[in-house]
Amino acid sequence: MSNLYIRNIVRFIALILIQVLVLNHMNLSGYINPYVYVLFILLLPVQINKSALLLLAFITGLTIDLFGNTLGLHTASTVLLAYARPGILRLFFKNLEFSADEEPNISKLKPGGFLKYTLVLVFIHHTALFFLEVFSFNGFLSTLSRIALSTLVTTLMIMTLALLFASRKK
Amino acid sequence: MRNLIVFLWKHQFFVFFIMLEAVSFTLLFSSYSYHKSLAFGMANNVTGSIYTSYSSVTDFFGLKYENEKLAEENASLRNLIKSAATPSDSSLIQQDNNYFYRAAKVVSNSVNRQNNYILINKGEKDSIAPEMGVISTKGVVGIVIGTSSNYAYVMSILHQNSRISARIKKNNHLVNVLWDGHDYEEGLVVDIPSHIELYPGDSIVTSGNSLIFPEGIMIGTIREYMQSANQDLSEAIIKFSADFNKLQFVYIIENHMKPEADTLISNFEN
Repeated sequence: MSNLYIRNIVRFIALILIQVLVLNHMNLSGYINPYVYVLFILLLPVQINKSALLLLAFITGLTIDLFGNTLGLHTASTVLLAYARPGILRLFFKNLEFSADEEPNISKLKPGGFLKYTLVLVFIHHTALFFLEVFSFNGFLSTLSRIALSTLVTTLMIMTLALLFASRKK
Repeated sequence: MRNLIVFLWKHQFFVFFIMLEAVSFTLLFSSYSYHKSLAFGMANNVTGSIYTSYSSVTDFFGLKYENEKLAEENASLRNLIKSAATPSDSSLIQQDNNYFYRAAKVVSNSVNRQNNYILINKGEKDSIAPEMGVISTKGVVGIVIGTSSNYAYVMSILHQNSRISARIKKNNHLVNVLWDGHDYEEGLVVDIPSHIELYPGDSIVTSGNSLIFPEGIMIGTIREYMQSANQDLSEAIIKFSADFNKLQFVYIIENHMKPEADTLISNFEN
């Protein structure tokens, strides 16, 4: 029980720090801005209270926003991600049984399933994020390519992190 | 009424979602009108101190580059002293003494967003106020839009709302410099009269018209000129001379005469 809390708190702090101290300062190009902090929301237990899920997403987004001076931007996108999560889990993994505190991690969903789950939710998050950031449909194609490239890079980084977490546990 | 409560309870996930999104959008819109952006000035002091300790580590790795830049600046200052000593130009050209410079250190900065901001470690305590200009040793960086007691928040030129009044150095024509959100090294020069020919390497400097920046501060050099097909105003791509990705030290410029000029202007506009 307390193990679950500690694990998630550590994960929250670690991902926020990776995001604001490393990734936000990396300039691969204007088109690639990976946001791996969403992994925190992706890995919350499947049976978590839905309102708690939304509230945690709100807090996560707000923290990123405070560090990036982008108030509301990441908050809105991350809350949307959290709202979509139960539906996506039901859609893809109807046949999987999850116990009370079980996380939808890479060993439970299998690498292929986890990739699909991450890709779809990161895409939803990044679409909201990049359109809210430019706040117009001008330069539609450049925003689309920004979304596509960043989604791929974020997903790739999340898969790497998830594999690292998984191998350490074994 | 009871039915409503039952309905809301049944759909609490959706209702709570809408509530949280409403809060997020309120935050988002209030931060778009940039004068309100300092509603979270306190948060700036908290996150600011975290960034300060972080940048004290990363600064170490930039020391060599900073040293070179300071040496370059020393050299150009020496040149200035030399030219100031020659009496010939002091009589004709009045040196602009209304501007006062303060040095500050960049605490956090971004270049990869659509709207980039810079946080610097001087604030109200050092009499920094909104609408002061910010430059680096290489060129124009941005404009202060808000302050807390120890920090100031700067709208970078790399911002959708940024519009710097500029001048083509070789012929003094007025133009404007914007950023189109693509590459942090490149901006857009607009409102170029169509009869003007520009070539790669031509310098674009501040006009001094806004009273925020003194005249003649470097903004960048022309990279590509795009002559308009019809008789409209032409555009050009400019390479910013400031390296936004390596900013560590900046100067904040205060114009002593700006408040006076502003009151004068507002008196006649109303």
